[in-house]
Amino acid sequence: MILDAHDLACRRGGRTVFRHVGFRLAAGEALVVTGDNGAGKSSLIAVVAGLLAPDAGRVSLEGGGGRPLDELIGLVGHRDGLKAQLTAAENLVFARELLGASARPVAEALASVGMSHAADMAVAILSAGQRRRVALARLLACDRPIWLMDEPGAALDAASLRMLAAMMSNHLAAGGIILAATHQPLGLEGARTLRLERPAGAAEPDDPFLEEDWDGELGWPLDAGPAERHADGSRPRTDDPA
Amino acid sequence: MLRAAAAIVGRDLKLAARGGGGGGLGLLFFLMIVTLVPFAIGPDLALLARIGPAILWLAAVLATLIGLDRLFQADEEDGSLDQMRLAGTPLELIVVAKVVAHWLTTGLPLALAAPLFGLLLALTPEAMAAVTVTLLVGTPALTCVGAVGAGLTAGIRRGGLLLAIIVVPLMVPTLIFGVSATNAALGGPVPFLTPFLVLVALSLLALVAGSVGAAAALRGL
Repeated sequence: MILDAHDLACRRGGRTVFRHVGFRLAAGEALVVTGDNGAGKSSLIAVVAGLLAPDAGRVSLEGGGGRPLDELIGLVGHRDGLKAQLTAAENLVFARELLGASARPVAEALASVGMSHAADMAVAILSAGQRRRVALARLLACDRPIWLMDEPGAALDAASLRMLAAMMSNHLAAGGIILAATHQPLGLEGARTLRLERPAGAAEPDDPFLEEDWDGELGWPLDAGPAERHADGSRPRTDDPA
Repeated sequence: MLRAAAAIVGRDLKLAARGGGGGGLGLLFFLMIVTLVPFAIGPDLALLARIGPAILWLAAVLATLIGLDRLFQADEEDGSLDQMRLAGTPLELIVVAKVVAHWLTTGLPLALAAPLFGLLLALTPEAMAAVTVTLLVGTPALTCVGAVGAGLTAGIRRGGLLLAIIVVPLMVPTLIFGVSATNAALGGPVPFLTPFLVLVALSLLALVAGSVGAAAALRGL
């Protein structure tokens, strides 16, 4: 089983998010995608998942055993995909019917992420980190060998992060594929890294955080209106050495 | 494939029962409109009985709009829609499953409650039966047409009003043939089957066009 992304490009809202992005992942391999906010990590996950049409390029699968790509993908997006009114166990039972059940029963999947105690609790009353763990348990409970994870470590405590690293290593050892977008180190040994950079000209000119010499303070008063900007769109900067 | 659709129907029925849906709310809204009409028109029983079927149909159209804005929006917001799109099931079938569950919790109760609410409008037993049958056959068309609007406004906060503006004009044919089938059943120049079969056709057409349209709208989110 090989997941092949060839020369992908993505445009959102008329703006190029990324282009010329490609990778090739065989069974047992992981790719960690890093990059600044807005570099297109989540967009890349969405494109590979088939939720977003790429502007160019293609994602293909070799040797899926007769199953198409979208029936092999397990997704943990930046939204957990859990119904707040249902219990953790009910959410997983539904996911198994929707996505296909793995050999691991729901109770065992919840136990693997340390959420056995919350099986009969409504997701609405769980904390952000606990919800994240239930969403991760969904990957274990469903028969989906290609894991696409968008910030899988978000809201997780140190112990849960170690659990996540172990869970991902086990999945790779079992011949799975992982594509994870993250800011924090995931502790995944042997994973390749893909750093997304914003294409030149794609950056937003008004984004103060893009100043290369940004020192943590805004270069102009926060209440500065359009009138206080130069006609060419640049901002007046009192501390500009030039 | 059908297993995934059945799972979605089951889940949505469970969600509606837990108070997350708008099923009971739609029914109350229906009752509210029907109750207001006699107050506005006055105690003219003959007039009420004559326009009663039309009032019930009008109330059903408006009550269908309640909760329709959350049909896809709730799943869009919490990421459930992304999971459903990965089910390996055509999005059109997923839309049909969502629409069926929504109709079971809103359209069906409206039709079943129509005879009871008909009492408030001094309907004859024949008129109650006619309204119930036409609502049973016609409300699926309302829900399916509404699904297109729900798909288009799924990504918009407070899109309920926009949804109403988009779909109410499309509900006009269903309203026309629903009311005319009811009136035909109570006697008139047109035989009952003529408008009734058009109503059936509208429901079938709306099911196909609605699922394709809503799926296209959801893909563009």
